[in-house]
Amino acid sequence: MQISKITEEQQIADMLDWALAGRHGLALQGAGSKAGIGCPVATDQMLDLTGLTGVEMYEPAELVMKAKAGTKISEIKSLLRQSEQRLAFDPPDYGPLLGGAAEEGTLGGIFSTNLSGSARIKAGSARDHLLGVQGFTGRGQPFQTGSRVMKNVTGYDLCKLVAGSYGTLAIATSLTFKVLPRPDKTRTVLIYGVPMEKAQPIMNRGLSSVHDVAAVAWLPENIAAKCDVDYIRGPGKSVLALKIEGPGPSAEFRCNALREMFEGEGALEELHGRNSQSLWNFVSNASAFAGNDKPLWKLSLPPANAASVVAAILDKRPEAHYFLDWGGGLVWVELPEEGEDGGESLIRGALAGAGHATLIRGSTSLRQKIAPFQPQPEAIRKINARIKDGFDPENILNPGRMYPLEDMKASD
Amino acid sequence: MLMPKPNADVLAKRDTLVTGLRRIVADPEGVIDDKDDLRAFECDGLSAYRQLPMIAVLPSTVSEISDILKYCKAEGVNVVPRGAGTSLSGGALPLADGVLLGLGKFNKIVEIDYDNRCVVAQPGVTNLAITDAVKGDGFYYAPDPSSQIACSIGGNVAENSGGVHCLKYGLTTHNLLGIEMVTMEGDIIRLGGKHLDAEGYDLLGVMTGSEGLLGVITEVTVRILRSPEHISAQLIGFPSSEQAGDCVGKIIGAGIIPAGMEMMDRYAIHAAEEFCHAGYPLDVEALLIVELDGPEVEIAHYQSQIDAIAKDCGATVSRISASEEERMTFWAGRKAAFPAVGRISPDYMCMDGTIPRSQLPKVLAKMNELSKHYGLRVANVFHAGDGNLHPLILFDANNPGELEKCEAFGADILKLCVEVGGVLTGEHGVGIEKRDLMGEMFSEEDLKQQQRLKCAFDPDGRLNPGKVFPILHRCAELGKMHVHNGELPFPDIPRF
Repeated sequence: MQISKITEEQQIADMLDWALAGRHGLALQGAGSKAGIGCPVATDQMLDLTGLTGVEMYEPAELVMKAKAGTKISEIKSLLRQSEQRLAFDPPDYGPLLGGAAEEGTLGGIFSTNLSGSARIKAGSARDHLLGVQGFTGRGQPFQTGSRVMKNVTGYDLCKLVAGSYGTLAIATSLTFKVLPRPDKTRTVLIYGVPMEKAQPIMNRGLSSVHDVAAVAWLPENIAAKCDVDYIRGPGKSVLALKIEGPGPSAEFRCNALREMFEGEGALEELHGRNSQSLWNFVSNASAFAGNDKPLWKLSLPPANAASVVAAILDKRPEAHYFLDWGGGLVWVELPEEGEDGGESLIRGALAGAGHATLIRGSTSLRQKIAPFQPQPEAIRKINARIKDGFDPENILNPGRMYPLEDMKASD
Repeated sequence: MLMPKPNADVLAKRDTLVTGLRRIVADPEGVIDDKDDLRAFECDGLSAYRQLPMIAVLPSTVSEISDILKYCKAEGVNVVPRGAGTSLSGGALPLADGVLLGLGKFNKIVEIDYDNRCVVAQPGVTNLAITDAVKGDGFYYAPDPSSQIACSIGGNVAENSGGVHCLKYGLTTHNLLGIEMVTMEGDIIRLGGKHLDAEGYDLLGVMTGSEGLLGVITEVTVRILRSPEHISAQLIGFPSSEQAGDCVGKIIGAGIIPAGMEMMDRYAIHAAEEFCHAGYPLDVEALLIVELDGPEVEIAHYQSQIDAIAKDCGATVSRISASEEERMTFWAGRKAAFPAVGRISPDYMCMDGTIPRSQLPKVLAKMNELSKHYGLRVANVFHAGDGNLHPLILFDANNPGELEKCEAFGADILKLCVEVGGVLTGEHGVGIEKRDLMGEMFSEEDLKQQQRLKCAFDPDGRLNPGKVFPILHRCAELGKMHVHNGELPFPDIPRF
């Protein structure tokens, strides 16, 4: 792989001209902390964007920041912290999960993959916080969409397309995004020993209450055993966790109310400050699955289906490891070995048409063999192929990263 | 405002088209070709513009919609989708040679699903009807545009509607889980569902706010939220708009995100007070309504902070609602601001730009200058929390030339919004109203890139043409690419 380290926007324009003339594919990469997600990219040329760094604008009272794509998330977080603000969608760090280091991920990486942590269920996803994008299309043209204000319906919302397109439509060089205040207090109510079948209804009661629950997860005993927090690991039981955020008196009031509400569902406990933060990092980053290379799937589904989907998977693969986040709307599943298809048919079959499953971790050969992203119905594939054609007609940008090249050919 | 020239060939085969559409639509009343009956569809909420459609069609099933679109595509006929017709930007303005596709019969709630905390509704269901369907069980649907009693949820998706609570609860796009839609090619597709996030390109995200140019929405799934335990509103009056704007910035800077934060200027305060006696102070230049929700203890905590900030910013009046009735009264004035202004002027036009909040004093000062320049009065209501301005320009359409003057004034205001780093429209959409101003905000190439998205959904450009984009390019022309004969550039970047 030949890697070109980009330090200014003009170099991208020049590389695109060259790539278009010779129809060379370009792999786009920030820190590479999520490079293992999706299909291996079919090219030997890479643009390393980690040299495009720096915060270009930050106005705390306007809740907005603009920074270059290669800026590290960890830097942005510490800058925000100085003004008691944060990225509310809880950007997860999959570095260790995918065999890399922690805290390497970049701004461009998190928005291109549209990955969000446990807070997604209330605060929204990464894409919901993206206000504006500057960069280049695969046509080699400078490209700009969105703005710096919260409310904007001027023209099509192309930020939504850039988010989650894994660099297959445009090269984002600068991103403008919404930031929010950090709550004074974060607390977590724990319920021990809730069995899986009862977990989702209890999580739903929490989320349907007036207590403004910010995140809800359920960890079976063997996953809880891997958490650093004593209160999670120690008791040897499954743990259902409900996060509460807000000013001190409010957080205290709502925690007490939740404890009262769930009296009798299992032994109760409460985490404060640092312990609470550690637990939610463990959940958002799926840290329980770090340190090996077994196939790992992330399922987004209607929350009420969680128990039946998990049961269908365990029925065939009882040794699978799993846990629930997003109140049951997100199920992580790690399979013990790759087998024929890395569990693709089992996992996607279990969804029964409702939701989607992404292979977050798998060997290169597995990712070449199966579809890491949920296959699309024909009518949608047709539209996606035309969208790709509109942004990147020569298939220069991250060729094949999301879907096979032949699926992305536009035809009428 | 110029619309695309009607196609004479299409107009000539009107009778054949009526017969063809009657074959598709089962309801004998479902195809309307009588001029008097078509009058009902001649405009939407932007009533300064009127146009009779060639034909109106009111289908009853999704498969009828699919067949209508396939038929129109095959016949080369343009289609304008219409929900409740409350658009303030002319999004549903008919075309003289087009079929108007009315979705009024799709007015049922399909499912209320508390286990997944969502509601599935047909597109013609009104915004308020969704909240009404779940409020008995303590839930609501968060986005609340002022027209919520009338506007349809399908239209809300098409326009990405906002409301007074979107600072805390987001716009339609943040509360939408899925849709079913029909493409101009007649394909019925589902995007999203009861789960979160798109896999693959976020078509649901781009459909939201696409103003009826990409597809016809036939079903909508939205998330519902538990109604807050308590809600309280506070009126805060200031001797100047600058001080009020400063207060808004400081509240947010202190880490407080109120459920709603609205500002009115002197003109709007007086008009609203006269109209519905909300008890607004009349000796202030700017009035804020700050609404908080949550447990009582949280509201009290924030209100004491807000009181201190307001005092610090020079507030002369501060009043907290003592009861639910009083809170509703505070809002009654704000919600009636448009009709209130309408009562003191024969006509008014409502603008909708968004600006970075810090630019408010500059924008208000400039707006006063423009008001003098054009000799037209302007009243301001403002979603202050998120910088969304609604200047109401007062005019009298019976005075020759005054509508044009008002439009020029409005255009100047929107250009000003863009100049200070804002946008042409925060929640009302581009439609025809701001179409010709798109070049103020986007380069020619960026507009072309947006139209390439249109080509992906509707390659013949049959859906709602003449809206949003000032120049209609053919998709074949947009697809062309000029490629240089490049050498591998800049040997100076490091390679490994």
